[in-house]
Amino acid sequence: MKTLKIVLATLVVSLAAFNCSNDDDNQSITPGPDFSGTFTQEDQMGRPAVNTVFVASADKDMFNVTVPSNQDAAFQSKFQANLMALSPAFANDGDMNALGQDAAAFTGLLATDVLNVSLDGTTTFYDGTNVLTGRALADDVITVELLLIFGGEDFMENPGLSNDNVDANDKAFLSSFPYLASPH
Amino acid sequence: MKNLKVVLGIGVIAIAGFFIIAADHIDAPAVQGGNSDITDFYAFQGENTDNLVFVANLQGLLSPAMTDTAMFDENVLVEFNIDTNNDFVEDLVIQAIPKDGKMWFFGPVAPSQTGLKSTIQTNAITGGVVDISAYGSSPKITSNAGMSFFAGPRDDPFFMDFAQYSEIIAGNASSFNTPGADTFAGTNVMSIVVEVPKAMIGNSGSINTWVESKRK
Repeated sequence: MKTLKIVLATLVVSLAAFNCSNDDDNQSITPGPDFSGTFTQEDQMGRPAVNTVFVASADKDMFNVTVPSNQDAAFQSKFQANLMALSPAFANDGDMNALGQDAAAFTGLLATDVLNVSLDGTTTFYDGTNVLTGRALADDVITVELLLIFGGEDFMENPGLSNDNVDANDKAFLSSFPYLASPH
Repeated sequence: MKNLKVVLGIGVIAIAGFFIIAADHIDAPAVQGGNSDITDFYAFQGENTDNLVFVANLQGLLSPAMTDTAMFDENVLVEFNIDTNNDFVEDLVIQAIPKDGKMWFFGPVAPSQTGLKSTIQTNAITGGVVDISAYGSSPKITSNAGMSFFAGPRDDPFFMDFAQYSEIIAGNASSFNTPGADTFAGTNVMSIVVEVPKAMIGNSGSINTWVESKRK
């Protein structure tokens, strides 16, 4: 089976050949662009704002080059300490968020920084019913995170800190591909 | 024993970072302001509900004037990672790599190696290529085998009252305003959007996904 690169390269070449005489003796399939080399990680992201909120300044670069399967061991306890210091809603033993998670459980979820996505239906960060089944463009992820950090067991604690009152983007999204609004 | 001030100080530092820039914009010293800085990641069901859409945004806070000259870096690979068996190790990747004004996509394909280093999976039998869209022009979109591809400048879809949060952290305010003001209004990002039939990923259940930038 032809690989994609060869199929695509053939398309590109068939167009390019229009403009140039092919008088060399190259009999091989044109390789297309050179994609050789090894690429080394610099940044990564799963859920919004995890590195910025929970990772201490000195650890931020390291967090970006720690594979998700190692993040829990490397960062969960640090996240928990930060969360308990940060939020009055997690200041006391037994405090939980509205998902019923105490500080250890909540940071255990967050430390492995991947986005969970359902293949079966609604994809949303949180819509009042579905929790962590994806991230749609219109999801108010910051308010959801503020509520989970500051809102306590019933989303009612620290109301002045648990909603930034910006609920939507400044441009309407598209219903069709590529979905994001045109640039300003 | 640490006193309360020290403990709280950690919290203030942590949340201050939150306001310095939000979703993942400028999240860490090594990448901030560079062309490998991932600002945001989205994954959602497409208009065709048999498809999933992955969005990676880079180079945040571009003013309209800056957007006109913003470019993808040919040495920076953007890789969507997909874990289908909940071990937090990628089973499939979709790679996006720019070359000569086009964005090439390889995958979904099992990577030849997992983790921090990657080579371009030119062995992939799924993927596509699209002209990188120019600022001020209609978006260039291509499709291949049920997948759709876009790369170019778009409005930053992220929204948050970053400014008021900064005021709270600075001690100048005790709560958000009602309504708040979107600090990211009027700014652009460099976007990569790929839509994929779910059948290329899995049949049912849930996946874990994340996005990486890697430099040659």
